[in-house]
Amino acid sequence: MTEPLSFELSRPAVDPPRLPDAEVDGPAPSDVLPHDALRAKPPGLPRLSEPEIMRHYSRMASLNYSISENFYPLGSCTMKYNPVVNEAAAALPGFADLHPYQDEETVQGALELMWRLERALCAIVGVDRVTLQPAAGAHGEWTALRMIRAYQHSKGEARSEVLVPDSAHGTNPASAALSGFQVLEVRSGGDGRISLADLESKLSPRTSALMLTNPNTLGLFEREILDIAELVHSTGAMLYYDGANLNAFMGICRPGDMGFDAVHMNLHKTFTTPHGGGGPGAGPVGVKAELVPFLPSPMVERTNGHLTLDHKRPQSIGRVRSFYGNFGMLVRAYTYILSMGGDGLSQASQDAVLSANYLRKQLEDDLEMPHDGPCMHEFVASAHGLTVHNGIRALDIAKALLDRNFYAPTVYFPLVVPEAIMVEPTETESKATLDSFATAVKDIVAEAATNPQGLHDQPKHTPVGRLDEVAAARRINAYLQGLSEDPVLRWKALPETVPEPAC
Amino acid sequence: MLEAIGVSSMSDLLVDIPQSLRLGSLQLPDGLSEFETMAEVSALADRNRVFPDRLTFRGGGVYRRFIPAAVAAVTSKPEFYTAYTPYQAEASQGTLQAIFEFQTLIAELTALDVANASLYDGATAVAEAAMMAFVQTGRNEVIVSGYVHPEYVQVLRVFGEGRGIKVRKGGQPNKKTAAVIFQQPDFLGLLVDARALTAEAHDAGALAIACVDPISLAVLAPPGEYGADIAVGEGQQLGLPPSFGGPHVGFIACQRELVRKLPGRLVGTAHDAAGRRGFVLALAAREQHIRREKATSNICTNHSLCALAAAVYLTYMGPYGLRHVAEVSFKRAHALAHRLAALPGWEMAFPERQFLNEFPIRVPRAPAVLRKLGRRGILGGLDVNRWFRELKGVVTFTCTEVNDARALDELLAALES
Repeated sequence: MTEPLSFELSRPAVDPPRLPDAEVDGPAPSDVLPHDALRAKPPGLPRLSEPEIMRHYSRMASLNYSISENFYPLGSCTMKYNPVVNEAAAALPGFADLHPYQDEETVQGALELMWRLERALCAIVGVDRVTLQPAAGAHGEWTALRMIRAYQHSKGEARSEVLVPDSAHGTNPASAALSGFQVLEVRSGGDGRISLADLESKLSPRTSALMLTNPNTLGLFEREILDIAELVHSTGAMLYYDGANLNAFMGICRPGDMGFDAVHMNLHKTFTTPHGGGGPGAGPVGVKAELVPFLPSPMVERTNGHLTLDHKRPQSIGRVRSFYGNFGMLVRAYTYILSMGGDGLSQASQDAVLSANYLRKQLEDDLEMPHDGPCMHEFVASAHGLTVHNGIRALDIAKALLDRNFYAPTVYFPLVVPEAIMVEPTETESKATLDSFATAVKDIVAEAATNPQGLHDQPKHTPVGRLDEVAAARRINAYLQGLSEDPVLRWKALPETVPEPAC
Repeated sequence: MLEAIGVSSMSDLLVDIPQSLRLGSLQLPDGLSEFETMAEVSALADRNRVFPDRLTFRGGGVYRRFIPAAVAAVTSKPEFYTAYTPYQAEASQGTLQAIFEFQTLIAELTALDVANASLYDGATAVAEAAMMAFVQTGRNEVIVSGYVHPEYVQVLRVFGEGRGIKVRKGGQPNKKTAAVIFQQPDFLGLLVDARALTAEAHDAGALAIACVDPISLAVLAPPGEYGADIAVGEGQQLGLPPSFGGPHVGFIACQRELVRKLPGRLVGTAHDAAGRRGFVLALAAREQHIRREKATSNICTNHSLCALAAAVYLTYMGPYGLRHVAEVSFKRAHALAHRLAALPGWEMAFPERQFLNEFPIRVPRAPAVLRKLGRRGILGGLDVNRWFRELKGVVTFTCTEVNDARALDELLAALES
């Protein structure tokens, strides 16, 4: 099933919606503005009635898969249930209708919420202060590296290299490069954990920071984290924590105690703000005392119960986003923390670890588990054996799961595992869901032996089958090279046919 | 479940964590019921003062506009708001098609070839555009021309520092200049000569980056028409509430030659074996998860749900509804400017310049006047002196379709009292 584009449904006969009239005497733009400042013809927006719009988008919604309907075992993405109370809180007019440039006296509740959220995040990850400004995880990573660089500059150090494990998220090296650093890769050892020997060989007086996530992207806790921290700190470098995997250990341990100097958090993962089909999220960054002067401006300060926005921060790296970050997402995350409490958050992480280990156990006879357990909140399996014996790849398993009403796990990441299948069940799934997912994987593995071609042809029950991305890329290239006028990346009206003049 | 795993307790699963790191508990209060949670959050919301739409005359990058009920009815569908980034295209056609429509809508509005799936906000959109110009031209200076939103410039500076890009305020572009960035209308609401600025940039071999108000494009010449290479902007006005500054949505569109340098996600059409059209993430090879440290940008999350809101808004308005909204705002702002400028001691700050629906006016004892309006339940204009020392006593007022004629009368009555 597919749905036409709004542009294809557009009908010129549709009148514009009824809107307020000006009711005042004033000129129209064309009365006063120079002709060449005006738009010659109206923009090509579609023209649909409200019922057509509602049906169009409702049909599109039905083509989506979402956490509100089903299991989403996407490794590294922490697709847990998004409590609906979060949405109710963010929609309160006292939050949604606030202008960012209102006087501080009139937004004390909003600032208090930001202050309390900051204190809660500090307690959860073990840092001194948190900026709530970054809009996403990658934005937070980059913000943290800017702070580390500013701090080292203030000490007269020009450190130019950032170390990143080979199992790291792709955003890590990208954020480091955009902050002006050279990126060096640190190898994982056979046990899936960072190789201390390789780390030692890469550390130098040029090293600015090591970016690490713990548990790492294989779902394994870096047992030697305290030694790693000591090694990094002994060269004068800093330790940065990628908070993508924070859901593994709330109330169990804290990055701050492990020796991390800067920590980013994804509120859209651990703290249940919805993913929205790819954002908006929020990526606050927490830091230890020595980095506090470098936090982005403004920071919320609280004196005798009175809240202010402090813009006078001479050592601050500056501003990384307009206003104060994705405030609506901060409301949702605070609501979640309030309802869960310290006890609930600790339980959530323990349940997440339990679910991952349970599911790993259910699947260990069907897929290879390249590293020994126990795992933390996620695990990485490999379809390498199936690829060799049956020609079935991780992608085939992913697509076959779609036909069994499950979203696919993350595949081909981390890069250090061939045919990787990364599964993160989260704490909000029941044992029954985990069991039915395991059954689906077993069913697919069985089919791989008996009918591999059948698997290559899946999914069959989704709105469209496998889409030919290679052909799409070829068409885009042709457009970019000027060999075609079909942009592929947008809808374009067919050229109007000029009617033949009547003779 | 522990038994199935083959361990006897939860601690057996946490053996890899050094004992010295184990926490007893979190230093946070215990959880609350939903009723108590909402009571506590509502108490915080109640400590904020909300000014009615119609009595809000403050803009500065965030505006009160009429938001059709259809917008929230669509964005609050769990199938949209609880979906992940559309990695598995076959199970994400709703989100992918919405993004594709958003890309097309932005391309149509800006009259440029291609737009991306969205960015965080207007400020980061300006910074990302500057990065594109830096990569495209190999030059390391960008010029910010005129009154560009001061927070956008602050963000641009921080982004620039990471890449070794200098940000210069004003001046003529030269052979070191990667781009000239201007805002149309500018931060004060005034129109700039976008054609001349674009031509100047091109004469120096630099790109022209136009930061535009999307609703203004219903009446103003679009960037593609005057030859700008990249258009960026903030999409908050397209169906999103102010929310104390976010989340909103940044947009970016460019000419065909620059598409490979675009940051963030792009959705394109593709077909399945049965020939059905679908939508996929395209040109992913530019992105961080493939290119890692060689990526154009580190952006991963975009603001899809806000882009969906903008798509519904623009589709609801259509070309003539959007023009109507822009024209009503224009008329009301001009009527208001006329009346305010007639108040004793008030005068237009730049009387020779044209504006759309936001304008700067010199106000005697501006801070006291704005406080007085506040006491009367009116969110008066924005005192821009906090960013621009030379603009002492200058306040920008904004009018949109939500500020009805009576609201204008109430504002004047409050000022005259």
